[in-house]
Amino acid sequence: MPSVMLKKNAEGKLVFYVPKKDLEEVAESVEFDSPERWGGEVLLSDGSKYYFEPQDGQPDFPVTLRAKRLDSGE
Amino acid sequence: MAALTREETEALIQEVLEVYPEQARKDRAKHLAVNDQSIEKSNKCITSNRKSQPGVMTIRGCAYAGSKGVVWGPIKDMIHISHGPVGCGQYSRAGRRNYYVGTTGVNTFGTMNFTSDFQEKDIVFGGDKKLAKIMNEIEELFPLNKGISIQSECPIGLIGDDIEAVAKKANKEIGKPVVPVRCEGFRGVSQSLGHHIANDAIRDWVLENRDGDDSFPVTPYDVAVIGDYNIGGDAWASRTLLEEMGLRVVAQWSGDGTIAEMEKTPKVKLNLIHCYRSMNYIARHMEEKYKIPWIEYNFFGPTKIAESLRKIAALFDETIQAGAERVILKYQSEYDAVIAKYKPRLQGKRVMLYVGGLRPRHVIGAYEDLGMEVVGTGYEFGHNDDYDRTIKEMGNATLIYDDVTGYEFEEFVKRVQPDLIGSGIKEKYIFQKMGIPFRQMHSWDYSGPYHGYDGFAIFARDMDMTLNNPCWKQVKVPWKTEESPKVAVAVGA
Repeated sequence: MPSVMLKKNAEGKLVFYVPKKDLEEVAESVEFDSPERWGGEVLLSDGSKYYFEPQDGQPDFPVTLRAKRLDSGE
Repeated sequence: MAALTREETEALIQEVLEVYPEQARKDRAKHLAVNDQSIEKSNKCITSNRKSQPGVMTIRGCAYAGSKGVVWGPIKDMIHISHGPVGCGQYSRAGRRNYYVGTTGVNTFGTMNFTSDFQEKDIVFGGDKKLAKIMNEIEELFPLNKGISIQSECPIGLIGDDIEAVAKKANKEIGKPVVPVRCEGFRGVSQSLGHHIANDAIRDWVLENRDGDDSFPVTPYDVAVIGDYNIGGDAWASRTLLEEMGLRVVAQWSGDGTIAEMEKTPKVKLNLIHCYRSMNYIARHMEEKYKIPWIEYNFFGPTKIAESLRKIAALFDETIQAGAERVILKYQSEYDAVIAKYKPRLQGKRVMLYVGGLRPRHVIGAYEDLGMEVVGTGYEFGHNDDYDRTIKEMGNATLIYDDVTGYEFEEFVKRVQPDLIGSGIKEKYIFQKMGIPFRQMHSWDYSGPYHGYDGFAIFARDMDMTLNNPCWKQVKVPWKTEESPKVAVAVGA
């Protein structure tokens, strides 16, 4: 359950940062990414997947959230 | 000597690794790599921020060095107590050349050493009483101090002193910020964790001090310079450029900085990060809490300076953008003249670097501006995200070494035979005795500043006077005596 710092970069893409792992990665896709609902599975550009508990409405980026790691990528 | 090909470099790494026992070889192999610009993520080719191997010579420091020496130490109007035995404070005193303005001992304390000088009885009975007493003495002797930080040395964590409680009590008594920092040297694998702990202490004890206080007048052009330690005056050379383009520099973290500046930083519009490794933590925190964006910039060499100035300006309105262009134009004749003078003397020279957490990638541009080539680089305490940023800056098939051991570095140098090495004091004399020109890239070899356009002129001059110094022809090194006629003549004469 790493704490993940999330922010939007200049292109509006989600940037994923895990301080303890020095993991800085752009998110390729977010399962729920609409104004009403946000969260679910997030796929990073290095192939690893994380899961955020879906929440109502977009979080106020930048923000730190708890994520669950689904697989270790390759 | 011609540049090594990818295969040769890989063979060199294998050859160097051969002397290690199997376990050490396996571990060290992960820290050495041949650069491949096509790789996006460094974790595919190099491992970093791991514990050093026992028995090898590492160049790393400790968490206390990262906190007291780097992050907190330069804050000039605070008194930083080296809490523990006397050595840590004394041997790190005034060694880093963080310049500042002020009267030392009256309103600034940068080069002084304050320590609780632990004795056996303090270890046995605890040092909290002594610490409380020291802070009262400090208040009496140096009433113009603006705050106190307690920099823990190893024993504090080992004996379990409650410095937080002492700090809170002292804070009430003297009415100034008193910051306990849990930066015991045994924490983490290098000084890097000390930076992080120091950042966290600033976050917890300093940053919120002026929340809800709007008495500080703000402008839309307020910025903070973060991660510039003013070594040899670096932060001043950077600050002038930012101010000339129309920005207002509210705070300098932490070279020539004050605690008041730090407390005001949450009011700025943009944080500018120079040393990413040591201060990205606080920038990320401010981004989340105060919604202050941050960007990394690089003020080494005119190419990178222009790039950075434009990048910074792009986040502001046209007046600043025009200001950036004006600054670049204003200094153009100056830096063109520097390049015209020194490039012919330095063209094609090859450099190997091994520095801390920022310069292994940041100075590459400055060398390239002088027509030089960086053929090997590495970090003492960089993390994966540093190497991510380095891969792009370095040429293909160049050497990258993480937490290089004394033995590996020497062997690499013997084989690559660079024309110049940039590293620290511990490496300097080894390589000078090997007949290779050397510059200290931590302390600028007691020169500086190297940041900004003014700094670039000094940088170019220093590299030239080191590299083209006639003394190198007089040095007798084993591998040169027979082939090199110049040295033979010198020896015979």
